[in-house]
Amino acid sequence: MSRSSRHRVLPGFRLTLGYTWFYLGLVVLIPLSSLFLKTFSLSWEAFWSTVTTARALAAYRLSFGASLAAALANVVFGLLVAWVLVRYRFPGRDVLESLVDLPFALPTAVAGLTLTTLFSNKGWYGQHLEALGISVAYTSLGVAVALTFIGLPFVVRAVQPVLEELDADVEEAAATLGASPWQTFRRVLFPALVPALLSGFTLAFARALGEYGSVVFISGNMPLRTEIVPLLIITRLEQYDYEGATAIAIVMLAASFSLLLAVNLLHRWSHRRLEARPGA
Amino acid sequence: MESRARSSARNWAPLALLLSLAGCSRSSGEEDAGRSVTLLNVSYDPTRELYEDLNAAFACHWESAHGQRVSIRQSHGGSGKQARSVIEGLTADVVTLALAYDVDMLHAKAQLLPADWQSRLPHNSAPYTSTVVFVVRKGNPKGIHDWDDLVREGITVITPNPKTSGGARWNYLAAWGQALKGKGGSEARAQAYVEKLYRNVPVLDSGARGATTTFAERGLGDVLLAWENEAYLLTREAGRSEFEVVVPPVSILAEPPVALVDRVVDRKGTRAVAEAYLRYLYSDEGQEIAARHHFRPRSAAVAAKHASGFPQVTRLTLAEVAGDWARAQAAHFADGGVLDRIYAPHAN
Repeated sequence: MSRSSRHRVLPGFRLTLGYTWFYLGLVVLIPLSSLFLKTFSLSWEAFWSTVTTARALAAYRLSFGASLAAALANVVFGLLVAWVLVRYRFPGRDVLESLVDLPFALPTAVAGLTLTTLFSNKGWYGQHLEALGISVAYTSLGVAVALTFIGLPFVVRAVQPVLEELDADVEEAAATLGASPWQTFRRVLFPALVPALLSGFTLAFARALGEYGSVVFISGNMPLRTEIVPLLIITRLEQYDYEGATAIAIVMLAASFSLLLAVNLLHRWSHRRLEARPGA
Repeated sequence: MESRARSSARNWAPLALLLSLAGCSRSSGEEDAGRSVTLLNVSYDPTRELYEDLNAAFACHWESAHGQRVSIRQSHGGSGKQARSVIEGLTADVVTLALAYDVDMLHAKAQLLPADWQSRLPHNSAPYTSTVVFVVRKGNPKGIHDWDDLVREGITVITPNPKTSGGARWNYLAAWGQALKGKGGSEARAQAYVEKLYRNVPVLDSGARGATTTFAERGLGDVLLAWENEAYLLTREAGRSEFEVVVPPVSILAEPPVALVDRVVDRKGTRAVAEAYLRYLYSDEGQEIAARHHFRPRSAAVAAKHASGFPQVTRLTLAEVAGDWARAQAAHFADGGVLDRIYAPHAN
C-alpha cells in the first residue's frame, strides 16, 4: 500500500476505489441483484424443484460440458494460432491477425446460421461428415462447434502478448544446454504460458456458458438432449414465468462465478509459482 | 435476431412514410408538419410485409380524411417476446400479435388494457385469420395429404417449439384438434397422436421463421407445418418451385388478434388515430391488403374475390379444441403439461 501510494498517477486511492465500487455497482451489481430479487418471490421448494427438473439438469450438463470441450479445444488450437502469429513473418499475416477477432465482431445469430448451413447434411462440411456417420448440426457436437467458434479469440489474445515477451534467446539458451525441442517447450515455454492459457480458457469458457444466439440455430433444441440452459431460460420467459427464468439464471450465475473464482485463484497461484522460479 | 428485426423496422419506417406520401394527394401542405403523429405497432414475425403495406395505405387514408400525417413504426419479433417488451415498457399504441394469450398477459401482468379487450373489435379482435397447412417438397414424394400421413414411420416433420413460438402453438393445437374431433376422436387419441407426431420432429426451432429455414435451406424434413401465409410466401418466393402447399381437410382457425394499448394511447393522446388504425384493418382496403398477403379476410366480399387463393378447409376453433388460451396453456404448454410429458425421460 505505502509503496503503491507513492507512485500513484490517478488522484487519491479512496476516490478511485470509491469510483470503482460505484461503477461496478451501477453496471454489474445492481442489475444482477435485481435478478436475485425476482427469484426471492419463489419459495425455497419451488426454487429447488424449478432448477432440478430433468430438463434443467440435462441442460446444465450440455451447457457446461460443451463449453468445457470448446474452451479446451480453443486452448490447444488457440495456442497454435498465437504461436504462428507471434513467431513467424509471412505474407497475409495481417489478414490472419484480423481474422482471429472476427468471432468477436460477427453477430452471433449470423455465426449460428452460417455454421448450421455448413454443417447441415446438404452443407459443405456436413455432407462429407454425414457420409462418415458424423452428424454435427442439431446434435450436442454442433453446440460444441458453435461455442468453439465464438471462444477462439479469447485464448489467442490472452496468449499472444506473453509469447511476444518471451525472448527467443531463452529457447536458444535451452538448446545450447542440450534440451530437446520438446523439453524446451515443456520446461521453458509452457510454464510461462500457463497463466495466460488459464485466463484465455476462463474467458472462453465463461463466454460459452452464456452464449445463446449462435447455438440455438445449430442445436436441435430437443428437450433433454440438445437444449442449452439459455434456451431453457427463454422457454420460461415465453410462459411469462419470470421467477422460474431467473431461478435457472441464478444457478448458472452461481456456478459460473464459482468457476471463475476458482480459475482466478489457480491463475494467481500459478503466477506466483512462476515468479518464484529462479531465473524466470 | 430481435435486434435485427427491430432495426429493420426502424429502417423501414421512413420508407413507409415516403411511400405513403408519394401515393397521397399533397393537399395538406407543409404547414401540417407540426401536427404529424407517430404510432408504434408491436407485432410478430410473419406480419412484417403485411404491415408495411397496411401502414402506407392507412397513412394515406388518414391524411386525406383528417389532413394529418401519421407515420407508423413497426416492431417485429417472436409474439411472446414482443408482449414482454410491451409489459416492460415499450410504448406500443397497438399490438398485433399471434396469440390472444400474449395480449391477455398485457392485462394480467401490467394492466395495460382491460380484461375484455377481445370483445372491443369484431370477430374476437382478429381482423384476418389464417390456418395451419403443410408444405412438402416438389411433387409430394412422400404422398402427404392428411394428418395421419404425418405420423407414419419414417416421415420427418418440421415444426418449431410450442414453448417458444406462438405459431408452433397453433400448429400443435391443429394437430390435437383434428385428432380430438376426427373419427373416433377422444382426449386419449389426441394425446397419442401428438406424441407420435412429435416423435417425428427431429429439430425444435425456437421460432417459425427458423423452422422454415430448417426445412427450406437445410433440406431437413419431409413436411413443414406452417401458417398458410408463410407457406405461400415460401412457395411463391422468386423462382421457388421446390415446394408445394398441401391443405389438409381439417385444420384450425388461427385468429391473430389486434388490440389498442389503452394506457399508452391515453398517455400519448393517440387514441383516436390508433382506434381508426385498427378499424381500418376491417375496412375493404385493409381486408384486400390482408388477402394479398395470404391472410384470410373476414369480409365476405373480399374473401369471395380471393376465393381461389384460399382452398376449402374445415377450421376448428380454439374453443372447440382447447376451450380458451388459459386452459390450453395449462393443459398443454405449461410445465407438466402434455408437451412436457411427450418429452419426459421415459418417453425417449
